[in-house]
Amino acid sequence: MVGVLCESRAVDETLAIIETSDLTYTYPGGTEPSLVDVSLTIEKGEFVILTGPSGCGKTTLCRCFNGLVPHFYSGKLEGDTTVAGFRVSEHSIYELAKHVGLVFQNPENQLFALSVEKDVAFGLENLGLPREEMKRQVDWALQMTGIADLRERAPHELSGGQQQRVAIASVIAMKPDVMVLDEPTSFLDPLGAQKIFEVIDGLNKELGITVILVEHRLDLASKYANHVIVMDEGKVVLDGKPLDVFSSEDARLIGVGIPKATRLYQALRESGVHLNSIPVNSQEASLLLQEVLTRDRG
Amino acid sequence: MIEVKDVFFTYTNNVEALKGVSLKIREGDFVAIMGQNGAGKTTLVKHFNGLLKPTKGSVIVNGVDTREESVAKLSRRVGFVFQNPDSQLFCETVEEEVAFALRNFGFQEKVIKTRVEWAINLLGLTRYRQTSPFMLSGGERKRVALASVLAWDPDVVILDEPTIGQDYQQKEKLRQFIIQLNTQGKTVVIVTHDVEFVAECNPRVVFMVEGKIVGQGAAKQVLTDRKLLARASIVPPQISQIFMGLADFGLPTDVIDVYEAKEILLDFLEAKS
Repeated sequence: MVGVLCESRAVDETLAIIETSDLTYTYPGGTEPSLVDVSLTIEKGEFVILTGPSGCGKTTLCRCFNGLVPHFYSGKLEGDTTVAGFRVSEHSIYELAKHVGLVFQNPENQLFALSVEKDVAFGLENLGLPREEMKRQVDWALQMTGIADLRERAPHELSGGQQQRVAIASVIAMKPDVMVLDEPTSFLDPLGAQKIFEVIDGLNKELGITVILVEHRLDLASKYANHVIVMDEGKVVLDGKPLDVFSSEDARLIGVGIPKATRLYQALRESGVHLNSIPVNSQEASLLLQEVLTRDRG
Repeated sequence: MIEVKDVFFTYTNNVEALKGVSLKIREGDFVAIMGQNGAGKTTLVKHFNGLLKPTKGSVIVNGVDTREESVAKLSRRVGFVFQNPDSQLFCETVEEEVAFALRNFGFQEKVIKTRVEWAINLLGLTRYRQTSPFMLSGGERKRVALASVLAWDPDVVILDEPTIGQDYQQKEKLRQFIIQLNTQGKTVVIVTHDVEFVAECNPRVVFMVEGKIVGQGAAKQVLTDRKLLARASIVPPQISQIFMGLADFGLPTDVIDVYEAKEILLDFLEAKS
């Protein structure tokens, strides 16, 4: 597994792993562009959350990262995208697939084989991996996503949540440089979602895979990210560290789902009670509140 | 209005999804059914409009046993919005999609026009009227599915995972909108994992585990009941988690709302100073 992947990883470590400049894109038959002048830089190894109101262009942007835009969707594209050292416009979806794995929003769009195992192995077969390595990577991916016991089942018979795990397994099996996940846990319950986020976080921390996670449920996901990008009406409107983005007034105005812990902080601040820093999860909030409550008590 | 009496349901692949469920939903109720993937939530609500019929036990809707009524007839009163909008959408434009069921139910063209207009505006879909539902984002398709059910004005609205793919603003609109429907006397049943959404809506909550109902009550009680939450494998809402971490200060533990939380903390600080 290492051999094949190292060869394909001819990426200059100092380069940003994804860079877009002035990306503007209109779907065929569309009247308005879905992306407008999107310029952003994602560094290698980052865990990025991409969020914003529904219909704001998040999914379209993801499709630019693996070449579905413009190679599959055609339409009108201006500007440039570079991913893992490749100019997306000049390389086929097949070439890009080795470097960028995309987990679709609706898992049914992605799964087609007669068994879970075959679905997970499909991408690896296309990479021409030796049988033994393939088996090892499939096993690993099934273990990581907690679906080893479903390996013989037909994907279309599984629940939405189970299908999402299969879709994720089939992408992580390829250990790509970049994983783009479009609301990968929308059908999962919070515990199931947390488990998936932990799997993704592990892949990010241990294997250095750059993660781009499209997500509305920031309550659950924000603690894993070190970079947040907010889009609205096809444009990037906020781009920075999670704390800076979540505490910005703009984030509230365009309707980003700020974690409740942060909302409580904001509500208290409006009433003149200041916590020492901005909490993004409940644990942090409890600790910060304990400080305030103790201080004022003593 | 809907009475589920000791219902068992087994799918053709021998998976027993419901194992003796009894539940009463009264006219004007607002109920959230929660539980892990595979707990049987969707299976249960599919019994409410006759999409599924019990293997054992019975479901009575408005005094009629669902086994003795067609889905078409039941649907007129019990509208079902699917989890995955793609299971439901197939027309070429949003407008046609929303009008489709109305035509099927035999409404007059004039009424159809008004109802479509109303539903499309209500869900903020005006600019997509002539667009194919398949050109829309996941969250937008979900709203089209909802519009097409609301258009025929059923007495009971069942929403299976309504918040999937919806951003915060849309969720807030959806919440106001559900509350509005409920205030107008409609019975609303939501199936959801979204504990924060439930905390904001404050409905009656029913917890399911492995095909059984394990607990129910007001959101505020049920979503702060640690034992029950653990049993149903549900992560408590963030505000409830925060207050669990403040138990030493003698603050109430049954808090799920941001503004209530703020008031309690301010009162506490006031009393100390």
